[in-house]
Amino acid sequence: MKEDQGTYRPLSYFQLMEVTLRELLVEKGVLTQQQVDSEVQAMRERTPERGARVVARAWADAAFKRELLENGSKACEAMGIQVPGLHLVAVENTPQVHNVIVCTLCSCYPRMLLGIPPDWYKSLNYRSRMVREPRAVLAEFGLAIAPQTQIRVHDSSADMRYMVLPMRPAGTEGWSEKRLAELVHRDCMIGVAVPKGPRD
Amino acid sequence: MIERGHHDLGGLPAGKVERTEHDYAEWERRVDAMVQLLRFQGRITVDELRKNIEALPPEAYRSMAYYEKWVASLAQTLLQRGIVTTEELARKMAEINARS
Amino acid sequence: MPGARFKPGERVKVLKAFPPGHIRTPYYIRGHVGEIERLCGAFPNPEELAQMRNGLPAQPLYRVRFRQKDVWPDYSGNPADVLEVEIFQHWLEKA
Repeated sequence: MKEDQGTYRPLSYFQLMEVTLRELLVEKGVLTQQQVDSEVQAMRERTPERGARVVARAWADAAFKRELLENGSKACEAMGIQVPGLHLVAVENTPQVHNVIVCTLCSCYPRMLLGIPPDWYKSLNYRSRMVREPRAVLAEFGLAIAPQTQIRVHDSSADMRYMVLPMRPAGTEGWSEKRLAELVHRDCMIGVAVPKGPRD
Repeated sequence: MIERGHHDLGGLPAGKVERTEHDYAEWERRVDAMVQLLRFQGRITVDELRKNIEALPPEAYRSMAYYEKWVASLAQTLLQRGIVTTEELARKMAEINARS
Repeated sequence: MPGARFKPGERVKVLKAFPPGHIRTPYYIRGHVGEIERLCGAFPNPEELAQMRNGLPAQPLYRVRFRQKDVWPDYSGNPADVLEVEIFQHWLEKA
């Protein structure tokens, strides 16, 4: 069991709470330490790279793209990417439409696919402003959306979780899925960035 | 309970989004892991966890770090479910403090 | 389980109600009119799950599309910009 990095510091109240709960749950036979360690490792392995592979396949294979847009979780599992309990909705960017995701009520995010969301996604300011002034917030992220493009903001208020299917950059014709996936980073699938192609 | 939960933030005026990210500490990852495991076991639901986070006082909600809120909520949820008692928590916390 | 009452494209209004409890219908959308984008399926009621009850029967859940300019009086983006929110059937009525 790794301790927190850095020099010795006494446990904060909340770190103490984590140890307390864990040890009690293990004593009671509710969990084992190994289960906790395995789950920590499993979450470490859920990274945006998994989503990037899904995007690359959708770019390369029109039939897969249709399946992805119809049932996101089913499409992931068809690729061998396990996403237990995830109800994934993939929303497609086009020249006319740009999508962006937020959870105003808490921090809902497709964790089983992409892993843990970044701090800013969970921040009070992002959750407050993205539904009301998406263009201003996207501009702060360095993304300018043309005035004539429709912005669709998705508020993950209930059981669905969302990923943005970005547009495939120009100049990538004939690229392998592996090479295409390298263009797709986490923020492209939240909708605060777009992938850059060889001409950008 | 008041008319608008202080967690219900959509549309409220707010400042610039600070694009902070941090590599989550091990204790935070373990909180996340315990929540996932207890949910998979059907012992708690994410809805109870959310309700208990929403029940934090407004200033605490705004100033506590994400996993601090989760672990505080997890403790309340486990107490409500009768999976742990306050007495057990007190005993264990004292024991841990005595070790260090 | 209650049947799905609304179809894609149908205009619906979110109830203008502010009860206590754990609620997944955001405050900002209550009372507003939008259209059904899709039926997502039926899911246990989170308001009940939060109170340690089983939330059954599962309730129909919809994605509802709203025009930003209808929701925020001072919205200054493209008039075509939309907000899409998941809302449970019991929070919706025909508009």
